[in-house]
Amino acid sequence: MATSFRTPLARARGLGSAKEGVHHWKLQRVTSISELLLEIWFVTQLIRMAGSGYSEWVAWFSSPINASLMSAWMISIFYHTKLGVQVVIEDYVDSRPYKIAALLALNLVAVALAVAAIFSIVTISLRG
Amino acid sequence: MALRTPEDAIVQAKRPISPHLQIYRWYASMMMSILHRATGIALSVALLLLVWWLVALASGPDAFDRVHSLAGSWFGLLVMFGITVVWAYHLLNGIRHLAWDAGYGFHPSEFRRTGVIVAVGTGILTIVVWIAFLIAR
Repeated sequence: MATSFRTPLARARGLGSAKEGVHHWKLQRVTSISELLLEIWFVTQLIRMAGSGYSEWVAWFSSPINASLMSAWMISIFYHTKLGVQVVIEDYVDSRPYKIAALLALNLVAVALAVAAIFSIVTISLRG
Repeated sequence: MALRTPEDAIVQAKRPISPHLQIYRWYASMMMSILHRATGIALSVALLLLVWWLVALASGPDAFDRVHSLAGSWFGLLVMFGITVVWAYHLLNGIRHLAWDAGYGFHPSEFRRTGVIVAVGTGILTIVVWIAFLIAR
């Protein structure tokens, strides 16, 4: 049997070949907290803006604070959603080729929609 | 493992497997745990609607008015009410999850109590948001 001279702590810090064992777990929590705050803000704004039409919403987005917070919310929510759906795929898609294809599709769709959302926010904001 | 004889196949077929959902008696805590994932999936679909709204707003007044008239129809309002319920549940149960992550609320009595708070809170939060929205309108 091979003797290891590494301490258990050093081995734990190495985290194996992945090097980021709790990264997914941690970011799922961090994004949940930022979403909690941003959604309380957004729902309040939705209530305040109730009954508004196109021009009122364009004016709302022209505020740099609103546009920035919306963008931050989109980054947070798409990251959180990507991580959540990823775990569902990993749990339920048994076949390895399908799993890899589904995870790849998830990443592409999540990034594409996040870019579409943020590009839209910037476009609306600059119109106002 | 490769099968050698028909007897092996029978033995393999009868081998006990890990019990899954259909084996257990359903109870509230289990239901709530599964609902957290189900509401998460529903919210990822709702996110598509939010992106649709943003893209419509960026596209101009015509596209925006089409989305708004659809959202204002009885079907649109029903979908948005459903999204509010699902969102309220995932938000409140998510706070419960954060408390567990911090090491709180594992005692069975606390577990049940926070479960009831989330269930009742989902109803209250949904109703408060909609009443506020309808009054503001």
